Amino acid sequence: MVLGTYKEVVAARSTDKQIQKLAQDGGIVSGLFCYALDEGLIDGAVVAGPTDVMWKPEPMVAMSSDEILAAAGTKYTFSPNVWMLKKAVRQYGLEKVGTVAIPCQSMGIRKMQSYPFGVRHLADKIALMLGIFCMENFPYESLRTFISEKAGVDFDLVEKLDIGKGKFWIKTADQMLTIPLKETHGYEQNGCKVCLDYVCELADVSTGSVGTPDGWSTVFVRTDAGETVFKQAVEAGVIETKSMDDVKPGLGLLEKLATDKKTKAMKVIDERKAMGLPVPFKGSGEKEDPLANV
Amino acid sequence: MSILARIKSFFGMEAKPDKEASQEEVEKVAEEKAKPRIGYIHLSGCTGDGMSLTENYDILAPLLTDMIDIVYGQTLVDLWEMPEMDIALVEGSCCLQDEHSVHELMEVREKAGLVVAFGSCAATGCFTRYSRGGQQAQPNHESFVPIADLVKVDLAIPGCPPSPEIIAKTVVAAINGDMDYLQPMMDLAGYTEACGCDLQTKVVNQALCIGCGTCAMACQTRALSMTNGRPELNENRCIKCGICYTQCPRSWWPAERINQDLGL
Ligand SMILES: Cc1cc2nc3c(=O)[nH]c(=O)nc-3n(C[C@H](O)[C@H](O)[C@H](O)COP(=O)(O)OP(=O)(O)OC[C@H]3O[C@@H](n4cnc5c(N)ncnc54)[C@H](O)[C@@H]3O)c2cc1C
Ligand code: SF4
Ligand code: SF4
Ligand code: SF4
Repeated sequence: MVLGTYKEVVAARSTDKQIQKLAQDGGIVSGLFCYALDEGLIDGAVVAGPTDVMWKPEPMVAMSSDEILAAAGTKYTFSPNVWMLKKAVRQYGLEKVGTVAIPCQSMGIRKMQSYPFGVRHLADKIALMLGIFCMENFPYESLRTFISEKAGVDFDLVEKLDIGKGKFWIKTADQMLTIPLKETHGYEQNGCKVCLDYVCELADVSTGSVGTPDGWSTVFVRTDAGETVFKQAVEAGVIETKSMDDVKPGLGLLEKLATDKKTKAMKVIDERKAMGLPVPFKGSGEKEDPLANV
Repeated sequence: MSILARIKSFFGMEAKPDKEASQEEVEKVAEEKAKPRIGYIHLSGCTGDGMSLTENYDILAPLLTDMIDIVYGQTLVDLWEMPEMDIALVEGSCCLQDEHSVHELMEVREKAGLVVAFGSCAATGCFTRYSRGGQQAQPNHESFVPIADLVKVDLAIPGCPPSPEIIAKTVVAAINGDMDYLQPMMDLAGYTEACGCDLQTKVVNQALCIGCGTCAMACQTRALSMTNGRPELNENRCIKCGICYTQCPRSWWPAERINQDLGL
């Protein structure tokens, strides 16, 4: 259960060459949103759009495939996508909203849907939540430290950022620089330390790079809504899949990383409780499964 | 379809087919139970909470005719003497200088099984917190407090106003005796001193903020924006409704309910 409840897990990627080129991993997020837009399953999607400042995203409502692709790729800093959902409905007039969410964002959205105290006419308009895996996130200044100071490259030259295989990767047009992840430790935001969710357990479909080879993604299909869209997209040939058993490194690595994240977070949660600091989750002694996302 | 089933399906709460039997049981219990007697008490609020309740058009008629009895309420029931009530919904804060309001609130506590602070004025004081008196029609009416300052409150439903959806979900939970769903509202009864700055003191200062933006999305007056991944409060717009902190995923976390709602 460290990977949450799911109906199916597969290795997958978008079959669209342009999406493959622009996306972070298998282009699952962009590919599914473009498909859902084309098919009218969503009217638009909240994504982490580009701004004037390199690698500093801002949530935006994408209404076309071009806008979705403009926001493809991972930015390792805050994009408060949940903020934009209300605008998507009130200002853009969307009835069926798609949104990409890291686990903690999915929690804000799901809590709002179950308990919409002050939020009217939004809960039932979230038509598709695509979750992405997340180990931690960084303040923009941390990112600047990695790129400008540790790696010593100009922000404007950076084409892609990635985390994987124990390293933080910085790709420019002509070089590939890396920083060992142990050097990035201490720069992540503190709120991540109590986060129990690695694989976005509450999304309709969740996806990330870990578990599958470069250019592919690991995809969990979780809810009925997620299953409908994902199946249709695969049948339409927009997404191609492989069994997880046929790819390396496979689910084992994901299970290990999810377990590590939860175990570490549980320790911090217990420590905070012992100090009398607030924390919204239960302590390890208060629940049956100490690694459950509660 | 029975009314309960209609309400449930309206809110996407229909039971899975394999749970049909238990759903029937719930309906049977609901139908056999005496209808809860509800009172609506209007103190210092703007009537927005009551209007939000009536926005549940699809279920309002069956709700009012078949599921509950409104036994007391200005403009709703022609009755001067406050009767015994199972549930009293209190809208508005209580003005300490208005002896009628204070008296009415005390009487509500005596006559009602459950007292619900309905809407942020009753729950947190909301914008009436800013009152300083000196105005017509009664210049000495200056001190407005959440009702929990004066009487024991069993449930709070903050919101300025609470959404039609939360009202309907709460009604369904109350009729079904679904206490798990109501638990957060019992806890929120103690949250009477609310402000947008709670995000700073109770979330950011506590090393819990993750920059999700839920608070800024939820704020009903656009007093919040997000700067460098943290909420930024425009105090001039904040009405102290408490919704931002209530919706924040790092204030309280209803994990079981969410899994249940998602079918996970
Ligand atoms: C902070 C962070 C940490 C991550 N950590 C891991 C990890 O440890 N292991 C792992 O396997 N995967 C991790 N991922 C996910 C991974 O980097 C890819 O985003 C994911 O695999 C989706 O790839 P894709 O090709 O399907 O998406 P694409 O088609 O490239 O689309 C990515 C989508 O994510 C949105 N997005 C980008 N940055 C953010 C952001 N900061 N906040 C919200 N939305 C954003 C984009 O707007 C776009 O819509 C992380 C992502 C983020 C944002
Ligand atoms: S680790 Fe958890 S809290 Fe931190 S950014 Fe990722 S999902 Fe949010
Ligand atoms: S809702 Fe999200 S952004 Fe706002 S205070 Fe809470 S954790 Fe931070
Ligand atoms: S910031 Fe907004 S949501 Fe929070 S208390 Fe003030 S008005 Fe209410």
